Amino acid sequence: MGKTISEKILSAKSGKGVCAGEIVEAKVDYVMVNDITGPAAFDEFDGLCVDPLRKKIVLIPDHYVPNKDVPSAIQAKKMRDFATKHRIPNYFEIGSGGVCHQLMIEQGFVAPGRLIVGADSHTCSYGALGAFATGIGSTEAATVFARGLLWFKVPESIKFTVDGKLRKFVSGKDIILNIIHDIGVEGARYASMEVVGTSISSLPLADRITISNMGIEAGAKACIIPPDRKVDTYLKGRVRGTYKWTLADDDAEYSDERFYDGSEIVPVVAKPYLPSNVAPASETPVDIDQAYLGSCTNGRIEDLRIAAKLLKGRKVHRGVRMIVVPATKEVYDQALKEGIVKIFSEAGAFVSGPTCGACLGGYMGVLAPGERCVSSTNRNFIGRMGAKDSEVYLASPAVVAASAIKGRIADPSEVST
Amino acid sequence: MRGRAWVFGDNVDTDQIIPAEYLVTMKNDELAKHAFENALPGFASSVKEGDMIVAGRNFGCGSSREHAPRALIGAGVSCVVAESFARIFFRNAINIGLPVIEASLEAEEGDFVTVDLAKGTVKDERTGACKEFQAYPPFVMMLIRKGGLVPYTKEVLGCRR
Repeated sequence: MGKTISEKILSAKSGKGVCAGEIVEAKVDYVMVNDITGPAAFDEFDGLCVDPLRKKIVLIPDHYVPNKDVPSAIQAKKMRDFATKHRIPNYFEIGSGGVCHQLMIEQGFVAPGRLIVGADSHTCSYGALGAFATGIGSTEAATVFARGLLWFKVPESIKFTVDGKLRKFVSGKDIILNIIHDIGVEGARYASMEVVGTSISSLPLADRITISNMGIEAGAKACIIPPDRKVDTYLKGRVRGTYKWTLADDDAEYSDERFYDGSEIVPVVAKPYLPSNVAPASETPVDIDQAYLGSCTNGRIEDLRIAAKLLKGRKVHRGVRMIVVPATKEVYDQALKEGIVKIFSEAGAFVSGPTCGACLGGYMGVLAPGERCVSSTNRNFIGRMGAKDSEVYLASPAVVAASAIKGRIADPSEVST
Repeated sequence: MRGRAWVFGDNVDTDQIIPAEYLVTMKNDELAKHAFENALPGFASSVKEGDMIVAGRNFGCGSSREHAPRALIGAGVSCVVAESFARIFFRNAINIGLPVIEASLEAEEGDFVTVDLAKGTVKDERTGACKEFQAYPPFVMMLIRKGGLVPYTKEVLGCRR
């Protein structure tokens, strides 16, 4: 019987042939923590009696940096102190860093066939490059610092095939929201998703990262897209160390297979309060108070370009606050270089430096009671971006930009043909 | 284990269990003050030591924050019984010693619930309804017996306690 990508990677990393359902201890390539999850990991690590595996550890403050208040400043300081004390080479201070998942990819930690864990649920993003990557807790991150190993239940895999030419303005975000709408927020619980098809291979890497990023919103442990040339091209001159593609066998066993016609997919939004509550943007013309473009889901240069193209020469609607948050310094610098920051600024948008910011209701754009935001982020739970009766509508960068212009949720075709 | 039930529905996410604005501490009792602050105001002030949570499907979905099970431990919650759990919450709970039981129990707020971990049964005392739950896999049982992932790791590394 053939194996899925997940089974193959976990077999290689545990040194034995494993199948779905088995529990194994497997060798981890990198373990990442952020300023929210790191401090607890450091406390737990202090109780262990070994030096940390310095080169496996990646420390990325991003959630509440630049420091939001004194408690968050203390957390960020704990992270800096841990990096200094243990001489951890891969610590990314503000000014050189950004949102952890985009940074992990940019900095070449992520590559096909690798096993990466991160104390952040959106670690599954790295599946877009053919890695097995999954979110873990702080305590287990501490044990990986010490041993470089972690226990995993080898997940079953569900195969999603999306074939067909995508319509204009349809993005990775629309594809993954359609999938979550279809299978529900626990449709892939404990499973690994493998996402394939001509629609997927036609997408730029940025959109694939959006798809893998939101696998967790269907409950998935990992969300893997088979690597191809586009991944190699991106990693050239960027990747740390060597890598090899891991692909599924033709006769791999999947617990379910689902098929979608990519040409039928339209720009959508996910209405409050679940990412599965999906409807076409064109049929959801609700007024908005804020439009948010950024995050590990959609804060890449490709996302900013799409929004800037729609906003160029236009204005953000009166009564709408548009907030743009490039995911990393690299994205920020590129946006400056291409004149994209200027376009946003001239349109009346506020552009901040890289941070997780308001995505999780932290700061830099939290919502007042009753306010409504269209957002390129990943979660629209109760109170996610602020007050408990505020509302978040998840959407692609194109829908966010079009909505910012119209003052209500809008299909991008309303603004540009 | 016996406790009073707090009943929740499906898809209780970790943002509801502990809102992100309070993720600036890892102290269980500090976190507990804000448990379910938006989703169920008043929970933190009226929850009592030993109380249990009885929930529907996909409990603990969303963010990986270990603060969520820690807030529940801090609040005195002795056990979470849910029809199903999101995987990161499940792992975190096991790793830090919060019992999580996968069983579909119909309970009403305030019912007394008993859990027998050894027998694998959970019972609502008011209705008398009894459900069996599946034992943890051997590796997970071993972790629980050793007191969680950190004690296990210390043993493997040969750390002195």
